[in-house]
Amino acid sequence: MLDAPVRRGEGPSSRTGRAFRARLVAAVLVLVSLGLITVYFRESSDGPLHAAQRIGVSVLMPFEVAGERVARPFRDGWAYVSDLFEAKSENDELRAELEEARDRLIAEQIAARENKRLREILGYIGGPSFPADFEPIAARVVSRPPSPYQQEVIIAAGSDAGVRKDAPVVTDDGLVGLVTEVTSNSAKVTLLTDQQSAVSSVVLESNAAGVVRHGTSASTLILDRVGKDQLVEEGNLVVTAGWRSQRFESLYPPGIPIGKVKSVGQQDVDLYKRIQVAPLVDFDSLAEVIVLRERPEARRARTRGTQQGQTTQQ
Amino acid sequence: MTGVEALKAGGLLTFAALVQVSIAEWIEVGEGHPDVVLVTLVAVALLRGPVFGAVSGFWVGLVLDTASFGTIGLTSLLLTIAGYWTGRFGELTTRASAHPLLIAVAFATVGVALGSAVLHFMLGLTVPASYLFLGVLLPTLALNMLLAYPLYGLCARIFPPRVPRIRREGVTAGV
Repeated sequence: MLDAPVRRGEGPSSRTGRAFRARLVAAVLVLVSLGLITVYFRESSDGPLHAAQRIGVSVLMPFEVAGERVARPFRDGWAYVSDLFEAKSENDELRAELEEARDRLIAEQIAARENKRLREILGYIGGPSFPADFEPIAARVVSRPPSPYQQEVIIAAGSDAGVRKDAPVVTDDGLVGLVTEVTSNSAKVTLLTDQQSAVSSVVLESNAAGVVRHGTSASTLILDRVGKDQLVEEGNLVVTAGWRSQRFESLYPPGIPIGKVKSVGQQDVDLYKRIQVAPLVDFDSLAEVIVLRERPEARRARTRGTQQGQTTQQ
Repeated sequence: MTGVEALKAGGLLTFAALVQVSIAEWIEVGEGHPDVVLVTLVAVALLRGPVFGAVSGFWVGLVLDTASFGTIGLTSLLLTIAGYWTGRFGELTTRASAHPLLIAVAFATVGVALGSAVLHFMLGLTVPASYLFLGVLLPTLALNMLLAYPLYGLCARIFPPRVPRIRREGVTAGV
């Protein structure tokens, strides 16, 4: 190894000159990098660096997809073997959950019928409901979070497939995150576990409202801003709140499952409860996701409803 | 740095970046991943010196930041410094050094992780230290060490080590 150090036979003046040139090149590149970081942060998302980045991603995407396809059989094989070890305990858990779900289904079917009838009587206009008012766009995850600071994935579907910025992203298990950048053939999804993410949420059982944010590690969440007087218990389900005010609206429709309450604590000096949430989605093994796109008819109905509401207020 | 070598380095590191984002990020031990790009960069910088290392680091950083929708310039900054430092280390190290490749990979891995932590802290993004060091850095370090010799072997085929010049006086003196 290293048995041929670079040009050891040169004279001292030549070595000094080369060392100076190397330092100069490195210093210039460091300054250029710092300049790029500054410009990238200061410009808007339509700025030239962001635009160049989107073009770069579009160019690199076919290669990333190809690489992902090559690696997929090996990854699937590894996942299959590791899943076998957990299969038995998971099977028992799922059987228990199925029993519970059967009982709940009957009660919920009755409640849903009653709810529908009452909405008709009241002429109630709601926001977009999940999943009925959305059409799914299934997409493959081609790139995982590159560092512990960036909880983002790249998916192989972009504006050509109908993906739009700020579209919610889910899996069968629950909420994954939000589309934050879109190119023609790819999109960046910022995960719920990212430090920039926050979702208004409610605890299904008690209707206690709060904000779900990232936790202490890459795969934990906390439910913040829940008052001490609210009732929250371990095992409660946390779902998106989907709130709406006159000017603003949550980017997430209501009712998307996020996670289950793992622990609840509170101290006298705290304003809010300390609630840890175990996400339903396994963020470490995201392979496919579903991007939600609001159906045009649902959007039209919602716009009509908003206009009616504003007219009534006036 | 010849044009052909620059092209070869650009191609090799771009390929490494694509392998990193599409394959290596999926290989997870603890919370760490093998850093194919960093190990390849270390190998190239050891074989070709600090200027080559710095320019290669800057280029591959740009590719990585672009491919992962990251902050443009951030990885470039870290890898430019890593490439330059490794190149200097390669120039100054001697035959007597034990496993200079492993030392360079270890220092580069730890340095990039710490530099990344500092930069992200300045940008307002933090992770708990225990998670960073035990969960991410230690497994990444181990995986990078495992990759070091195979990747160096591959890079040495593409960039054959330069034969040291022997000074004419030294040769004649020996005769």
